[in-house]
Amino acid sequence: MIHSIPPGTRDVLPDEMRELRSLHLALIEVFESRGYGEVATPAIEYDEVLARGDGRTADSAYRFFDERGDLLALRSDMTVPIARLVASRYANAEPPLRLCYLANAFRAVRPQRGQMREFAQAGVELIGAPAPEGTAEVVEVLEAALDAASLNRAVIGLGDADLYRQLLAELGIEGDARDAVLSRLAAHDLVGLEVELSEMEGIGDDEVATCVALSQLRGGREVLDEARSLGGAAVERATARIGETFEALEARGVADRVQIDLGLLRDLGYYSGAILEVYDPAIGHVLGGGGRYDELLKRFGVDLPAAGFALYLERVHVAQTEEESRTGDEP
Amino acid sequence: MGHAKSEGPLKLAVPRGALLGETLDALDAIGIDTSEVRGESRSLIFEGDAITLVTMRPSDVPTYVEAGAADVGITGKDVLLEQADRVVYELLDLGFGRCRMVLAGRRGDERLGESERRLGMMRIATKYPRTAERHFEQTGRQVEVIEVKGSVELAPLIGLADGIVDLVATGRTLEENDLEVREEILECTARFVANRVAHKLRAAEVDEMTSKLREAMAG
Repeated sequence: MIHSIPPGTRDVLPDEMRELRSLHLALIEVFESRGYGEVATPAIEYDEVLARGDGRTADSAYRFFDERGDLLALRSDMTVPIARLVASRYANAEPPLRLCYLANAFRAVRPQRGQMREFAQAGVELIGAPAPEGTAEVVEVLEAALDAASLNRAVIGLGDADLYRQLLAELGIEGDARDAVLSRLAAHDLVGLEVELSEMEGIGDDEVATCVALSQLRGGREVLDEARSLGGAAVERATARIGETFEALEARGVADRVQIDLGLLRDLGYYSGAILEVYDPAIGHVLGGGGRYDELLKRFGVDLPAAGFALYLERVHVAQTEEESRTGDEP
Repeated sequence: MGHAKSEGPLKLAVPRGALLGETLDALDAIGIDTSEVRGESRSLIFEGDAITLVTMRPSDVPTYVEAGAADVGITGKDVLLEQADRVVYELLDLGFGRCRMVLAGRRGDERLGESERRLGMMRIATKYPRTAERHFEQTGRQVEVIEVKGSVELAPLIGLADGIVDLVATGRTLEENDLEVREEILECTARFVANRVAHKLRAAEVDEMTSKLREAMAG
């Protein structure tokens, strides 16, 4: 007899579980060997506490009352719970703190799209280490994690979360208009972006062309020069930040698989400065992401810069099997 | 979740149907050989050295491109709006395939207005339920959207709906069915779209194709 489970959830049977387990162990071993201690936090937290981390809380899709009438929520990622944990448990610890996790998180799904309501993330958080060195360390750990998963062809996109916020402020685009432009950029709807900007007062053709061209700049170091030639103080600052991070990566010898990407935008509200995304040529979906969240800990009462990344464990597993079938290797 | 590969020649999703002719002309203009697609072959996939053409229904293009089964594709803005939750990068307005999404009712018939005034609700038949819902929501009106798959013109003629939301190129089909345009919702053209990962990992090829198409369409 078939008893259904909610869409976007799934059972894992032994064959898959064995593979997931060895991937899980390989990743945690990479994290631990670099000094990142594994932590666990409750899947359910007070809604108020999670909302402190991400003002929009749109991602906490599952809220409910407990027996005392308190409003609880299922976590939608691990970064906010770990910020909470650090503020409560490590308030007086000597930074930097290095923590890692493998945990399930929960998000709303759109029906019929094969999206997962519950999914596993493996990642690290480096707290108290500022840019650019802190960012570079996180990227170095990420690369080691990708190697451990045998994703030797994976690419890490490196962008800047403040670029467009500052650029639009410079152009005098604020409020709803700014949000409209940012959502076009996030969706990478270039046709809509051009129309949106052209209809705004005081925005000339040059500025429109700059925004569109910037969002298409991705590649090696040279794109920073191309970006600078488009001008503006916001671009200058963002390319300087990315440039410093890239130099720190080069110094560590881990810049080869990093693609600078000025079109990168992450949709989580707490990012500032460097942002990361992970791709593998074997699959058409993003494998994970991360970046700096220097302002997040402050919302929990600890003023520390921080950075981290999370990989979607199931997607990494899919990429792994695709890479194996490509090279003909057995796991 | 699709697990498609982004390797070998770039895969371009080509829409069959009304957009096919102009899509192939555009591809010819940027030096892609389309003679096999134009021929009598019943194949769906046409492999070339630099690019593989994959033909499909226009409404399937976002699905294949989002999953990365096709790296890039061409489809109508009407399709992209109806499937707005599909994550594809919209890189270029190709300008051809121009048509209008409209609200239409029976000629000389006031049922649309009557229903809205007396019943507080219009019944609208359409193949584009999400686009229609969004339009009426944005203009502050209540409707019952009825999704149909076939000839939507039939619906108001035999009383399934008060009006229709549909795509109109010349307006002849409306005219032949005694329908007339009441409101223009938006204008649609063909768009060049890309998979998110292909846009990052095959940047040079995607950019080159985008700029060639931009030049060809401007000329």
